[in-house]
Amino acid sequence: MIGKIKNKLKEVNNRNLEQKRSDELYAIGALFDTPDEIMDAAGKTTEAGYEEFDVNTPYPVHGMDQAMKLKNTMVGKTTFIFGFLGTTAALLMIGWMSGIDYQNIIGGKPFFAIPPAIPITFELTVLLGGLATAGLMLTLFNRLPWINNPLHDTNYIKQTASDKFGLVIYAKDKNFNIATVEGFLQSIGGKSIEKINFFEVREDRVRTPIFDFKFIALLAVVTVVTAVTAYGILRYVLFLPPFDFMWKQEKVLPQEKSTFFADGFSMRPPVEGTVSRGYIPYEYQGLPDSVVTLLANPLPINAEVLAKGKQRFNTYCSPCHGYYGEGDSRLRGQFPNPPSLHTDKVRQWADGNIYHVITNGQNVMSSYAKQISRDDRWAIVHYIRALQRALNAKDEDLN
Amino acid sequence: MEFHNKALPGKVSRIGFGLLITGLILMVAAFALDYRRAMFDYLTMFMWLLSLGLGSLGLIALEYISGATWSTPFRRVSEFLASLLPVMFLLVIPVVVGMKELFVWTDPQVVKSDAVLQGKEPYLNTTFFIARAAICLLIWVVFYFFLVRNSQKQDSESIPQYTKSNIRLSAIFTPIFMVTLTIIAIDFMMSLFPHWYSTIYGVYYFSGTLVAAYSALTLISVLLKEGNYLSSRINNDHFYSMGMLMFAFNIFWAYIAFSQLLLQWYADIPEETFWYIIIWEHSWKVVSIALFLVHFAIPFLVLMPRSVKTNLKKLKFMAIWMLVAHYLDLYWLIMPAYDHHSAVFGWQEIGFPLFAVGVVVVIFKMKARKTNIIPVGDPKLESGFNFHL
Repeated sequence: MIGKIKNKLKEVNNRNLEQKRSDELYAIGALFDTPDEIMDAAGKTTEAGYEEFDVNTPYPVHGMDQAMKLKNTMVGKTTFIFGFLGTTAALLMIGWMSGIDYQNIIGGKPFFAIPPAIPITFELTVLLGGLATAGLMLTLFNRLPWINNPLHDTNYIKQTASDKFGLVIYAKDKNFNIATVEGFLQSIGGKSIEKINFFEVREDRVRTPIFDFKFIALLAVVTVVTAVTAYGILRYVLFLPPFDFMWKQEKVLPQEKSTFFADGFSMRPPVEGTVSRGYIPYEYQGLPDSVVTLLANPLPINAEVLAKGKQRFNTYCSPCHGYYGEGDSRLRGQFPNPPSLHTDKVRQWADGNIYHVITNGQNVMSSYAKQISRDDRWAIVHYIRALQRALNAKDEDLN
Repeated sequence: MEFHNKALPGKVSRIGFGLLITGLILMVAAFALDYRRAMFDYLTMFMWLLSLGLGSLGLIALEYISGATWSTPFRRVSEFLASLLPVMFLLVIPVVVGMKELFVWTDPQVVKSDAVLQGKEPYLNTTFFIARAAICLLIWVVFYFFLVRNSQKQDSESIPQYTKSNIRLSAIFTPIFMVTLTIIAIDFMMSLFPHWYSTIYGVYYFSGTLVAAYSALTLISVLLKEGNYLSSRINNDHFYSMGMLMFAFNIFWAYIAFSQLLLQWYADIPEETFWYIIIWEHSWKVVSIALFLVHFAIPFLVLMPRSVKTNLKKLKFMAIWMLVAHYLDLYWLIMPAYDHHSAVFGWQEIGFPLFAVGVVVVIFKMKARKTNIIPVGDPKLESGFNFHL
């Protein structure tokens, strides 16, 4: 058995890989010894009127594009076009996502604004431009993969891949004539002039190999197999023994019922009536204003309390009520403006009423009990009183 | 020897002095008519000249520390431009004399009633301001003097030792250059709005400075090449590289300007945004949009193709364009402090750029009379001529 396989492998290894060549001439090549010679030869070839020719060198030779009178390629323009497409796509994408489809107020900013869109636009421009350049340069401009180029397996290309500089004139050139081209290559100093024929299988006549059905089918098969394997492993195999030792633990996972406790919860609720440290319940929850009026401000009026009240007021209240409580919101119409805190109604309110509103909210204003601690709310009440007095100052206040 | 020192034509001096005198007359008239406005215009012009001089000195240092050879044939152009730095000692005098008009923090009455300015007082006070300006200018002039002296001595002596000591000097100079440039940018421009601050301001001015220095280098090199004052061995690849760097630093400028905008836009803190509100309202909005187009969008698109960077005529046009754009950039930074509400532009503003160009032309001509336009003794020169992309 093993011997049979060995023989088969030997057979495959020793197979004659040399492809048969047809009689049709592809090009005539010549070799040169130094970069200066090849530069000179390329210049002379251009001067002689040949247009379909190419140069093969072991390393890039500076100035060769000028000597060959090569025109600028379309690669740069392709990059520009695809980069521009990236710019447009990014702006449209962000405009649609944050401006139309999923509007969200973030820090009071407009739904769609240019500044935060710029970094993503830049990234997408570079990404699309770069990928298109690399991809299209290889497939469209260099027409790769082209595994059957007639230059392959010739003495010419083997020499230029090590230390010689080669020049080929293609047979498709309109001035091409075997005798004159050979004579010309000799006259410009070319050595080991070589006629290169097409292979019997001509790839240049079939369409670009990247669109070949077999190639595309292979890509599809590889994609599907990779995806299915990955899905299968992540979805099923990892949950089979022995791979399940990490996640199989004696604990209750989210969305799962506990089998240990009768009520199915894994965590025990606190004993009824438990209060967190420092928490004083608001005993007037949901009661009418007339009861609340009796509540007195527990804090003394001094500079420290007023300073604290001012700081808290400016942080939590001023965005809507304005720094002086006049209802001049800074939110530019994104939220309705509240009425002034200097109306007769509010001025005649007891401290407890204001405290009640901060704690429970009123109309569109929501409760601030979670954000502002009890003492801070009372400090704010003192500060609002100070504001009210400042804006309706009497003469004796000035003393 | 092909490096004969062909004298620049007398026409250059005549143009230079013509611009200088016309500008001077207009400047004097502007000062007589509206002293405060003229002071702000003068500061704009001063910063523009400083950009050229200091940026060019930076380019020289950059060439030495990076070991670049391609720019060696043009280094003299940068050296001549850097000789603006000693002149800056004269030109800074009006700024110091007119400080009270320019900077609000010089007024003790204002500082007294302003907690923020009181906090900044240990830094922003007249004595320390003048001391900083003098020290920074002195540092630049000293480095300019030694760098250029070594380079010019090499013309006659051709010793590589001078290049070595210049590399050492440049390595010392570069960090000092960044710090002093930041100090001057903050002192002379950012402190016009003493309540506003941006930590990227120094880099912003630096990016503009390099755009201006590269543009001036490109413009003068193209002019010299057209008049056949440079070697014939300077090829398109040299000019392509200049255009490339102009393009690159222009994008760098936009990057820095946008970084500042993005962060302050996101944070939305009143002490940072008020400056953006000033320049985004009334006629300043027009200037801001114009700056975006003139300094970034148009040059970005125009300078992108290779054909523009190898075409000397187009390159010359774009170099002039970028120099104007940098002037506009400084105008946009400085003039809102004169008038928060409207961008002023009249005949008063014309005299200052004329004078500035006159100063550059006259100094360049004076320097070129005594010194070779090509550093003939530099060991890197041959490699610089052979530069190919």
